[in-house]
Amino acid sequence: MPKKRIYLDYAATTPVDKRVMKAMTPYFSEKFGNPSSVHIFGQEASKAVEKAREKIAVFFNCSPTEIIFTSGATESNNLAIKGAVKKFYTEPKNKGIKPRLITDSIEHSCVLNTCRSLEKEGLAEVVYIAPNKEGIIQIKDIAAAINENTLLVSIMYVNNEIGTIQPIATIGKFLEKENANRKRKILFHTDATQAVNYLDCDVEKLGVDLLSLSGHKIYGPKGVGALYVKKGTLLTRIQDGGEQERKMRAGTHNVPAIVGLGKALELVMKEKSKIAIKTEKLRDYLIARVLKEIPQSYLNGSAKKRIPNNANFRFDNVEGEGLLLSLDLEGIAVSTGSACASRSLEPSHVLLALGLKHEQAHGSLRLTLGKTTTRKEIDLVVNKLKVIIERLRKISGDVLKSFQ
Amino acid sequence: MQYSKEVLDHFTHPRNQGKIKNASSVAIVGNPRCGDIIRVYIKVGKNKKGEEIIQKTGFETLGCGAAIATSSMMTEMAKGKTLEEALKITNQNVVKKLGGLPSSKLHCSNLAADALRKAIKKYKDEKEKNKKVN
Ligand SMILES: Cc1ncc(COP(=O)(O)O)c(C=O)c1O
Ligand SMILES: [Zn+2]
Repeated sequence: MPKKRIYLDYAATTPVDKRVMKAMTPYFSEKFGNPSSVHIFGQEASKAVEKAREKIAVFFNCSPTEIIFTSGATESNNLAIKGAVKKFYTEPKNKGIKPRLITDSIEHSCVLNTCRSLEKEGLAEVVYIAPNKEGIIQIKDIAAAINENTLLVSIMYVNNEIGTIQPIATIGKFLEKENANRKRKILFHTDATQAVNYLDCDVEKLGVDLLSLSGHKIYGPKGVGALYVKKGTLLTRIQDGGEQERKMRAGTHNVPAIVGLGKALELVMKEKSKIAIKTEKLRDYLIARVLKEIPQSYLNGSAKKRIPNNANFRFDNVEGEGLLLSLDLEGIAVSTGSACASRSLEPSHVLLALGLKHEQAHGSLRLTLGKTTTRKEIDLVVNKLKVIIERLRKISGDVLKSFQ
Repeated sequence: MQYSKEVLDHFTHPRNQGKIKNASSVAIVGNPRCGDIIRVYIKVGKNKKGEEIIQKTGFETLGCGAAIATSSMMTEMAKGKTLEEALKITNQNVVKKLGGLPSSKLHCSNLAADALRKAIKKYKDEKEKNKKVN
């Protein structure tokens, strides 16, 4: 009999909730119309898209007209950042000025690489703020990075690797004050992809102008997401084509996925507080057991300012890919920041930004819980982990000592 | 990670794993930065023809599945070979015996034969040195 599989990689992606799937199903071949069509088929689809938009607006406490559907958080982040820069260059008053972007060094690669490509093209100057050892961005560092030409600050709400929660609302307030006596208002963007499941995402409270989210991290489908764009925020579209999404995002709507995104957010809103409490308890239990029962184990990132479902450990004298592989052979799915598990052969930029040495980053393991994770699963995983780490440590001997 | 059956077998059941007592030579390759470190132990003896051969091998590896599997396979391949034969084992030979490795694993994690050659050379150098001294 095949082993029962245990999935603890919910930060990578989540299964589509059955109720979400049910909501989506009619929009594949029954109500298949193109929302841009005028006839009844189009109207049916258009109605579904608008209903989803309303649900999303309720979740974020914004107006439906402030939501743009995209293909996911990657596109949302690209649109937010490149769109703001592109707009900047269309304004005559900015002639001869290069805008400054302020972000941090633990962003998801889709934000980092967007910034890097703008830098490379000579379109923007970028400041990458390092977090403190706990993985938290300090407002004083943002304050110090602001100059006259600062166009946008982009700080993620929750880090996808170590689960640390950034003080978005506080940064929002700070920028609001800052903006009060500035000619050029600084835009504030946050990538909330990993926050939506558990945290308050009221855009008023957060004080953001732009917010990105993704469907597949919240028990919705892959390939769909949205960008909240506060009314009056100046953006230029980055994809040309039809007039969809008020000309901000060309391309025929992915209707079933958009319907799924709406349904997924509706469910998160209803169930989030209960799931957050349960998940956090289980996660704390996981952390406590690992740190107590596995020698030379450490938690990466702040223990307190942390999303309820994330645990990120490192273990001395163990390499993460071997660890991941051993767990995978037991049917347990997790992830690691080790170079050996990445195509780039570089360890996680997030762990290095915390000040960890390469060999420490190599020995890291991320376990992210989901809404159906049980205590029994956690117990099983910790028990296996203990045996596996002991075995791998035996194999590694004390080779690291030769380098100290 | 798409590993072959052989790789998984050597990873889960590594051969010749551990230090060996009275090793004739020990060598280490890799570095903490890139993630994979291999230490190989060899014990040199003589065959019936009086040629020096690798009688016993051992390894300790801090690294990924590929690093552990290549270490294990290398120690198997080296055993019983004359020093000259063993020196001819390449990283590519090891990978071939394992039924291949994913392309991203072909450099950093594939150092086992380098470690073996380093250990043999070290052994030979020591011997040379001792000869001169005596
Ligand atoms: C923080 C963060 N931002 C962006 C993304 C990318 O999202 P998507 O897969 O929807 O493009 C992810 C997921 O990998 C993420 O965790
Ligand atoms: Zn490796």
